[in-house]
Amino acid sequence: MQDYFIILASEIYKILFLLIPVLVTVAMIVWLDRRVWAFVQKRRGPNVVGPFGLLQSLADALKYIFKEVIIPASSNKVIFILAPIVTMTLALIAWAVIPFSDEFVLADINVGILYIFAVSSLGVYGIIMGGWASNSKYPFLGSIRSAAQMVSYEVSIGVIIINVLLCVGSLNLSDIVLAQEKIWFVIPLFPMFVIFFISALAETNRPPFDLPEAEAELVAGYQTEYSGMMYAMFWLGEYANILLMCALGSILFLGGWLSPINMYPFDIVPSPLWLILKILFLFILFALVKAIVPRYRYDQLMKLGWKIFLPFSLIWVVLTAGYLMYFDLLPTV
Amino acid sequence: MIAHAIFFYIFSFIAIISAVMVTVSKNTVHSVFFLILDFISISCLFIMIGAEFLGMIMLIVYVGAVAVLFLFVVMMLNVAHQKNTFFKSTHGSRHIPIGLLVSLIIFFELVIVVGGWKYKPDLINSISLEISEVSNTHSIGYVLYTDYIHLFQLSGMILLVAMIGAIILTYRKREGLKRQSYFSQISREKGDGVDLVDVEKNKGVKIDV
Repeated sequence: MQDYFIILASEIYKILFLLIPVLVTVAMIVWLDRRVWAFVQKRRGPNVVGPFGLLQSLADALKYIFKEVIIPASSNKVIFILAPIVTMTLALIAWAVIPFSDEFVLADINVGILYIFAVSSLGVYGIIMGGWASNSKYPFLGSIRSAAQMVSYEVSIGVIIINVLLCVGSLNLSDIVLAQEKIWFVIPLFPMFVIFFISALAETNRPPFDLPEAEAELVAGYQTEYSGMMYAMFWLGEYANILLMCALGSILFLGGWLSPINMYPFDIVPSPLWLILKILFLFILFALVKAIVPRYRYDQLMKLGWKIFLPFSLIWVVLTAGYLMYFDLLPTV
Repeated sequence: MIAHAIFFYIFSFIAIISAVMVTVSKNTVHSVFFLILDFISISCLFIMIGAEFLGMIMLIVYVGAVAVLFLFVVMMLNVAHQKNTFFKSTHGSRHIPIGLLVSLIIFFELVIVVGGWKYKPDLINSISLEISEVSNTHSIGYVLYTDYIHLFQLSGMILLVAMIGAIILTYRKREGLKRQSYFSQISREKGDGVDLVDVEKNKGVKIDV
């Protein structure tokens, strides 16, 4: 019995050691997002609270905690309260399989990439539940839009993942990283990286695909009726999802924890730091896109997903498989 | 082993309770949410017997895509307000005979499978895959495109036919629909839109298109 408790305690310690940095990073990343956004538009951005405004997100969070949580009278209360919890939980549990170095990974499971794909495809439920339970028109329209949008773009992300898996021969995330020791997949699969990046924008409801919360048409979409800490949980979950997509992009295409060149000045940097730098690089791209691209129209969004990305990535699967087959480069399993 | 049993009973209990709740809950949207809970606990059971690939595919396909569309349709049709009055109605429902028929068929199937497993165990062992250090993703991959290629292609064909059928049944050509043509937009030039005219002083100009 004693052994069980020791195992339990050490696992809980490991989980907290992963989750607390993720949550702090999420708070910091919101600040970074706003600063990059402001930088592109020649504004200053949040720069008052703390050095360079670094504590702005903490101040915002404190404000949210002390605000009243309003539950609309006509809402479906259980589902209304469940929705932000689902969003937040799903955004955090996916981090369990992200490998930060060859030994630092919480759960090194065989089907890691499928697990992340499954969890990110469940993410749509938080939005649908929130939008429906609010029992109001704008949130409902937002949630319907996002259901269609996220299901559509998941398809192309799935096909892109198949491209990478063809080159790796394993569903394990550590194996995917180790397969890129010779060359990062961003070079042979560059078009897939671009499509993955754009699909990740759509999957996380970031601009230019932020139709579920388009403030010009839908007030705030599915978040309209939420207030206080429940709104903050949506917001944390959303940014944790964005970070997760950046992490997935850097693991699939940018070589995860591997250093760009396996030489002296690069290999003294600890490997988790490389992954963090790559995640930050992708996140800054996300933030830049938010600042410079106008919002898509809904039919354009659907056309892009189904008529351009899906056929293109399917053709690329055939090309990759054919290339690997012809030059006998298929990975041995 | 005890921990394994505890988790197994937790998940199967949740699965059974939520399956019952799918049929008895009054709000249709709640039914769909219970269905999702059922799918999730069944995929947990799959993972517990070591079929992690099937469990994840179950999550991705059923929960991530099929149930979203279910929910989508149920919400759009607004049947949520149409309360499930099955248990209130005094004169029985017309669906009961069909339901009984389906459950009888399922029951007989279960009897056949369980009986076969009990009295002819070699029947089941003959088709089971060799469990070794190969992960079950690999073992599915080994047989799916080799031994079972025809069945695999056939099921794909059935799905394709269903998809085309659904499109044909619901497709209607609408008149007066405005479509955006990227090529005509991009190939538009200055001469198509701008006309330069010399205007005489105090006379104005007549522009007709």
